[in-house]
Formats: sequence, C-alpha cells, structure tokens
Amino acid sequence: MSSTKYTEYDAYAAEEAAASGGEKQGRVFDVNGQDWDQVVAGAEDLGDERLVVNMGPQHPSTHGVLRLVLTLDGETVDDCRVGIGYLHTGIEKNMEFRTWTQGTTFCTRMDYLAPIFNETAYCLGVEKLLDVTDQVPERAQIIRVMMMELNRISSHLVAIATFGLELGATTVMLNGFIEREYTLDLFEEITGLRMNMAYVRPGGVAQDLPSGALSKIRDYLDRMPKRIQALRKLMDANPVYLARTRDVAYLDLTGCMSLGVTGPMLRATGLPWDLRKSQPYCGYETYDFEVATQDTCDVYGRYLVRMQEMEESLKIVEQCVERLQRVKGPVMIEDKKIGWPAQLAIGADGMGNSPRHIAHIMGTSMEALIHHFKLVTEGFRVPAGQAYSHIESPRGELGAHVVSDGGTRPYRVHFREPSFVNLQATPAMAEGGMVADVIAAVASIDPVMGGVDR
Amino acid sequence: MSSENPEQRAEQGADQLPAQAEEERREQPIARTGMFGAKTTGDTSGYGRLVIRQSPKVTAPRPYGGPGGAAEAGEFDEIADELERALPDFGDAIERVVVHRGELTFVVKRERLLEVARTMRDEPSLRFELCSGVSGVHYPKDEGAELHAVVHLLSITHNRRVRLEATCPDADPHVPSLVPVYPTCDWHERETYDFFGIVFDGHPALTRIEMPDDWVGHPQRKDYPLGGIPVEYRGAEIPPPDERRSYV
Repeated sequence: MSSTKYTEYDAYAAEEAAASGGEKQGRVFDVNGQDWDQVVAGAEDLGDERLVVNMGPQHPSTHGVLRLVLTLDGETVDDCRVGIGYLHTGIEKNMEFRTWTQGTTFCTRMDYLAPIFNETAYCLGVEKLLDVTDQVPERAQIIRVMMMELNRISSHLVAIATFGLELGATTVMLNGFIEREYTLDLFEEITGLRMNMAYVRPGGVAQDLPSGALSKIRDYLDRMPKRIQALRKLMDANPVYLARTRDVAYLDLTGCMSLGVTGPMLRATGLPWDLRKSQPYCGYETYDFEVATQDTCDVYGRYLVRMQEMEESLKIVEQCVERLQRVKGPVMIEDKKIGWPAQLAIGADGMGNSPRHIAHIMGTSMEALIHHFKLVTEGFRVPAGQAYSHIESPRGELGAHVVSDGGTRPYRVHFREPSFVNLQATPAMAEGGMVADVIAAVASIDPVMGGVDR
Repeated sequence: MSSENPEQRAEQGADQLPAQAEEERREQPIARTGMFGAKTTGDTSGYGRLVIRQSPKVTAPRPYGGPGGAAEAGEFDEIADELERALPDFGDAIERVVVHRGELTFVVKRERLLEVARTMRDEPSLRFELCSGVSGVHYPKDEGAELHAVVHLLSITHNRRVRLEATCPDADPHVPSLVPVYPTCDWHERETYDFFGIVFDGHPALTRIEMPDDWVGHPQRKDYPLGGIPVEYRGAEIPPPDERRSYV
C-alpha cells in the first residue's frame, strides 16, 4: 500500500497466486438444489468432516442480502463469518449533496421496516444542532410518538412473521403480515405513503392528520389487542416453536455489552434499558408504559419481548389518540426561517402544497413566493457543530451523528444502525450450535439489510 | 462565564446582544467565500462576494454544566473531574474539551485514545460500558488533522453520554483501534476505514466492509466525487449532483 488514499488490490495476481499453489483451496461443490447426494458422496471421498458452506447472499432465510460463511463439522457450526455490503446505497454520502430537509427522504430508506424512526433520529439531530428542540410544537411531538409506536408494531410484526417463515411456519407469516397491512393502511391514510414516507421533517411533521384518521386509529386499537392475543395463542406455548427457540442462540448481558447489542436482544437478558425511559425524547417521559424484559437470553425471550412491546406500543398509541383530540395547533415549528412554508394536501393531481398556500404565494404576496422559493430550493442554514441524537428503534439504539459546517446541506451524517451493530453478534450466537439454529439466531437479531448497509 | 451575582450575570449576558455577536463573528477566520460557484464578472447576483466565517477551535471554559445547560457545574464537570483524577496527565492526553448543544466532547490525542477509553470504561465512577460506535468525518481544510474519528460512549450505570474525538493527518492516517476495549468497534472501524481510509492500528482484521474488496478509494471522503454520470434530458445535460451549482 503506497498511497494513503487508495488501496490497490490486484484480483488477477491473487488468482494466479492461488492457481500456482500459493494458497491452498479445498474442493469446491456447486450446489443447485436436489443434488445433495453428490456433495455427500464427494465429501466422503475427501475423508474430511469439515465443510465450508456459503449461505447467502441470496438465501431466502437470511433476511435480505446477508452472506454467512459457515464452517460445518457435521451439523455443528465450527466457525461463522458474516459478509455484508451487498445493499450499500451510499445514503450517507448522498445526503451531503441535498438540503437538510431533503435528508429525510434519503434516510427514511435505510431501515425500510422502520422508516419513521430513521426520520425522527435524523430530525432530532438537526433540531439539536439548530437548538430548536423546545420549539417543536407539542402536537407534532405527539404525532411523532404515535407514528413511531405504530411503526414499532409493524416492524415487530414483520420480525415475528418472517421468523415464523424461516422456521417453516407459513401460518405465522400470513398472520403477521395481514396485521402489518392494517398498520401500513394507517400510514397511507396519514402520510400518503405506506413506506419511505419522509413524514417527519426538521421542525415538525410534513402535514397534520387528515380528518377521520383518529377514528381509523381507534378501530385499529380495537382490533389489534385481539390479534396480538391470537398470535400469542399460536406461538407462546407451541411445542414446535419452543423446541426451535428455547435456549437457542444464547447471548447474555456481558456479551451484549461488549458487542454493543441493544434493543429487544438486550432486554431479553433482563436489563430494562430502553431509551424511551432512560433518556426520553419527543416527550416519552409523559407517557405511561412498561419496559418489556425477559431473562432467558435466548430466541424465545427476544420473541416474548417483542410481543410485549407491541402491547405496550398500543397503550402509548391510545394515549396519543386521547391527547391529539385535546391538543390542537400547528405541526411545524413557528420559526419561518426553518419551518416548511406549506402544509401538504391532496389536490386534483395528487399530493402537493395546499391550494390555499399556492393561492397565497401566486396571487397575493410576492414576498411569500420569494420566501417559499428560497426555503425550498436553498434550504435553511444550520450552525456549525456536531450533535448525536439517539432513539429507541425496534431494533435498538438508533443514533444519528449529524455534523454541520454552517451550510445548507449536512456536512456529514452518520447513522449508528442497530441492525449493523447487532449483526456482529451472529458468530457469538451461532458458533458451537447446530446449523439449523443459525437461522433462528439471525432471525432473532431481526436485521434489516437496508439499515445494515445504508 | 456565569456568576453567582445576578446583576453581574445580566452584564455578562450583554455579550449575547446581536451587535456584539456580529463583531465576534467578524473576528472568526474565513471558511469560504461566494456561492453558486460564480467567480467571474458575470455574477450579477452579488452572492459571489458572500463570506462565510467559521468559529475557530475552542476549548469550553469551566463549568461545563450538563445536558440542560452550562449555567452551573453539572454532570459534565463530574465526568471531567473523575477523568482528571483517574488520568494523572489529563492535560496531556486531552487536547480540548468542547461543550456544545448539551453534549460533552473530549478531543483526545490519538496516541492516548486507547488509554482514555480504557479508563472511561473501567473506572467505576465513569463506567462507560457501551460504545455506540465510531464515525469518521473528513475536514480537508483542517490542516494536520484532516481525518476525525468520533466515538460515542454511553454509560448505562450513570445514564450519561460522552463523545471522544481523535484526529489524524491525511499523510499519516493512523488511529489506535478500540477493539481491545470495546469489541463492538470491530465493524465500526472497518466501516470508517472503508469510507475514510483511517487505519485503526491493532484492529484484528481491518478490511473493507461495505464496498467491494477491490474498490479503489474511500468514498465518503470530501475529495471523492459523488459519482454518477451526466444525465441527458431533452438535449440538455444535467451534471452529476456534486458538479451542479449549489447554495453551500
């Protein structure tokens, strides 16, 4: 390595070196399904019990494009290596070339199962740098909390549903996904989009709740407890499920601390660490809810924590609905130099700026038009400095390290993605166990590769 | 800055008047000039003469206060006191202490980073047992300290957070690895190496993690273009995002 900026890797030279016996390589089998007898026969010929299996990045049970390199001794996993990077989209780099407000549109796409959390973490960071955290309207904060908790439910539902599928239980998958659909319907009703909403913006949220949204949420709240109960009935004491999850993929508190693991995995070791309680944001300290914990340190405990968290989330949503009836007012910061000038509304040609605002800037006020134009194209300036905002996402501590140089675009945004961090624990949980339990271990982490790779 | 005497405090508050702040701002070094990239006489917008100043590197005065503000001594002072007690040559290891937006940052000399982190974790009165990760930042204009490795620590025991920042020059991009103290830094450091080219000495296997193994360059450095190809739209060329005019 001669230059500091570039590292050169000559793939051809490496291949040649390997071909000339520089690096010893074992026999390679291409497995395309239905040809396991050949592999077994070939392995028998070799007289070696150890088998290196490349699982992924396209394996259906790896939660996206995750690659696991497993060294197997019979059915036992000797060694497990994790390969990521297949879904790297350069979101952090891209954000540096857009305004602060446009940043939400990028970061919402990271962890695509928890978009509201990505947006909120980022916006809290920007607000911290702007020093306007206290000026965000109460109604906006309540809506943020409500959306986050609905999002937590939908994310946990996918976690449990796909987990069921990966263990071979389609019923669990169908049940989980249908409930998630109802949650996404609510998102569609409120934000116009089912995923990647870019709904939370620096200073508040993009638009107020549409009329009738609260009654839809109430219907949801009526139905959901029964449905969660049904899921519990299906799985909580199911002997097959218990056999696959109990005492599987054990990771205790020491392991979690040293590997930086947070979220349901940490709470399944018995530590009630939840940023909503311990370092509250968006007014979480004013809501009444419990932190779910288990002390089994295994896959089953993580499942129970997720189940209980969904029930607690419903409690919080209920309190939000009650508050939203009472608390009226703006949902965007009053400061005209920061707040987006218009609310969004449904027009004849789809979602856009509200007709009243358009009439105002196009018909009556030239200054308002200039202001709108400047704020939308140029954006606002954020004082130089750095801030770290942290929220409790469904997967653990989601942090945003936001750096500004005083300009209209982020100088650097780095996300501490819980999926990325927690995935490091895979070898610790998988090694020494059965190969079938690797699936359970990865699924209990609930990694979302969009978040891992960003 | 603050005082016990409310009258004095009011007087000290006078330096927050806009006129005063304006003068102070003028003393700051110029970070950049102009806008839209217009440099010639054709610039009728007047933005070409825009001057952007940036505050120099400052060291926060005592008391540091806490997350709520720096009016009185708070938990940040406790952290600093404990670290000073545990680390006899505190002044040598810590270059600067920055308190900004309710967050405490220790700018650590890179050769002392591992030792400071170990103290932060092991000292019972500090006990930052969880590392929230490493983030790199590239400041091409910060001569001699172009690359920053920013580490966020969390103490569950005391419910506190602190940030450690170590810098290294582009010519010698080496920072000690924190993996011996916080194993979670393994992937974080690989990511920071991948994107910024900071070499973490002592890391067990410092390889690329997000980009392909044979990738050339470190994409999140400021001297690395965003990429993309010029887009043709009805005969008009749209340049890649990093080459378009901008309001920066």
